[in-house]
Amino acid sequence: MKTLIKMAFRDLGRNRRRSLFSMLALGMGLALLLLIASIYEGQMRLSLDTAIRLQTGHLQVRAANYNENKTSLAWEDLVADPQLVASQVASLPAVELATPRLYASGILSLGEKTNGVRVIGIDPDSTANQPFRLGLVSGEFITAEDRQGLLLGQPLADKLQVEVGDQVNLLVNTASGEVDEQNFTVRGIYDTHTPGYDRSTVFLPLAKAQAITQSENHASIIFILLKDRDLTGAVVNALSSSPYQVVTWEKMNELVLQTEEFSNAFLYVLYLIVLGITATVIVNTLVMAVFERTREIGILSAVGMKSNHIMAMFFIESSMLAIGGIIIGLILGGLMAWYAKTVGFYIGDMGVTGMLYGDRLYGHLVFEDIASASLVAFIITLVASLYPAILAARMEPVEALHGGKQL
Amino acid sequence: MEVTKVENVTRVYTVGDVETHALRGVTLGIQPGEFTALVGPSGSGKTTLLQLMGCLDQPTSGQVFINGKDVSQLNRNQRADMRRGTIGFIFQFFALIPTLTAYENIEVPLLLNGHTPAERRKRVQQLIEAVDLVERAHHRPDQLSGGQQQRVAIARALASTPSLILADEPTANLDTENGKQVMEIMTRLNQETGVTFVFATHDPRVFTYAHRVITLQDGLVVENGKSPRK
Ligand SMILES: Nc1ncnc2c1ncn2[C@@H]1O[C@H](COP(=O)(O)OP(=O)(O)OP(=O)(O)O)[C@@H](O)[C@H]1O
Ligand SMILES: [Mg+2]
Repeated sequence: MKTLIKMAFRDLGRNRRRSLFSMLALGMGLALLLLIASIYEGQMRLSLDTAIRLQTGHLQVRAANYNENKTSLAWEDLVADPQLVASQVASLPAVELATPRLYASGILSLGEKTNGVRVIGIDPDSTANQPFRLGLVSGEFITAEDRQGLLLGQPLADKLQVEVGDQVNLLVNTASGEVDEQNFTVRGIYDTHTPGYDRSTVFLPLAKAQAITQSENHASIIFILLKDRDLTGAVVNALSSSPYQVVTWEKMNELVLQTEEFSNAFLYVLYLIVLGITATVIVNTLVMAVFERTREIGILSAVGMKSNHIMAMFFIESSMLAIGGIIIGLILGGLMAWYAKTVGFYIGDMGVTGMLYGDRLYGHLVFEDIASASLVAFIITLVASLYPAILAARMEPVEALHGGKQL
Repeated sequence: MEVTKVENVTRVYTVGDVETHALRGVTLGIQPGEFTALVGPSGSGKTTLLQLMGCLDQPTSGQVFINGKDVSQLNRNQRADMRRGTIGFIFQFFALIPTLTAYENIEVPLLLNGHTPAERRKRVQQLIEAVDLVERAHHRPDQLSGGQQQRVAIARALASTPSLILADEPTANLDTENGKQVMEIMTRLNQETGVTFVFATHDPRVFTYAHRVITLQDGLVVENGKSPRK
């Protein structure tokens, strides 16, 4: 066995350039896969993270018959006394913060230009607003007492061509099922770099939002962030006796999670395609190696080496190629994934509905992807070497000694 | 009992539509300890006969016996098992594994036979001395002269103490001096260890070393007798 390994290793050394190119082919294929896997994973994480931070939170407490697709403001669909409920939830040890939010739909207009918006009443002092506070590009954040001001996203401001200080008109639905309108002053413009969100979301202080929609002392949801995503189950249990429905981030982000599952399957198909291509390079290398070494195979056979040993020798050789290629691939792929993670790629507004993306994509490489890509690379290389190895093992010694018949 | 014996063997090579009758019914036996030359013009079937006697190939018809055992019907792996430890080969081209050193080339049959490292070291050392290559033990074949390579091949053929060594024109690619040295080593080993040698050759200087000379022509034995010298 040791000698087989030694021979296989020296055989690779005999045609260094060819061996190196085969390894490079495998390495580059693998590196490409790692990059793709990292981008996929990064995208999924980003999308989930963004959605949780901006939109869903880890948990939401809602009235038992609240329907999120309707934005109903009828009182029986809302959480009454939301500040109290929020502070009760916030007292649970696993909860980072809990804050009420009121959702209404509206139309924002400046002169002739109008745009449908989602109006969110927030407690301006809550740290849940950190993404918007940090994303402020001009003006100031709204305050709890403000009765005239609102906050809107940069893409929306661009579209309506409004600036800080401008007067805009906001039309909203109300608890009684009618509409009301009022002029507001643009206090600030924010940009979370999530175009899907920023282009349609307008913030009002909760008290003002309740006033204009006639839903005093009510909120649509309690937005909850936990200290750790994994504590979700515990908090859901703690809240199970409340009269409210408690909805988890998994439920609210089903689409993102399903997409991830689907993309994992897609990734495997991609693995097979890319590595299938590199496998042909390796088959080629080994077939040439077999033909070049026909006579040696004859000698080994004459000395009494059995077919299975001859096969083993070629398998060892291809394993070495595979390991070399995988090492190259891990290094190259690691560098590329590192670049994707630290620098990222600008993707702009992808405009995928139902999912929130940032405009910059960062890769994220997880061990699982590294392991599965490397394993698939190794297995495919071995499968690819099956044909050349069988070719070598099936040579008749007499023919092999003659330098092989023409195949 | 003969070390190797062929009975009425024929060997027909078929390449495309062309059939070549390399051997047309050869019967002969080789006794233990013999030092026999196989001569005859090019194409007369010497190599073919050696390959059959060495269990490297199968006859088209007839029977081959190695140490009394019929090997005519064995499959590829069974024949490999038969060769290993029983038969050594020396070829006209110095058939060494180019990636292994002289030492490692000699070691290959011992590895295949599952000898312990200690046994292998002892045996290789002994053989390398026998063929006078101690200083060259760790050279690769491309760093050795033809004569030296052929001596490595002889040592390798002897490594697993076979009862029979078949040499196909061992001196054909060597100059007179090296050819003589190779033949003398073979003669000495034959005398010292009693191992049986059969070698094919064209070279009149070489078959004078033989106890017996078998002459082939057109795939038939035309003469089977004592060497002109002995
Ligand atoms: N593998 C083969 N395929 C087809 N024909 C072959 C093969 N090997 C040998 N022959 C033919 O069989 C005949 C005998 O060949 P063989 O090699 O046994 O002769 P030889 O006596 O060893 O000749 P030389 O002295 O040239 O080595 C020749 O006509 C040769 O062309
Ligand atoms: Mg010949």
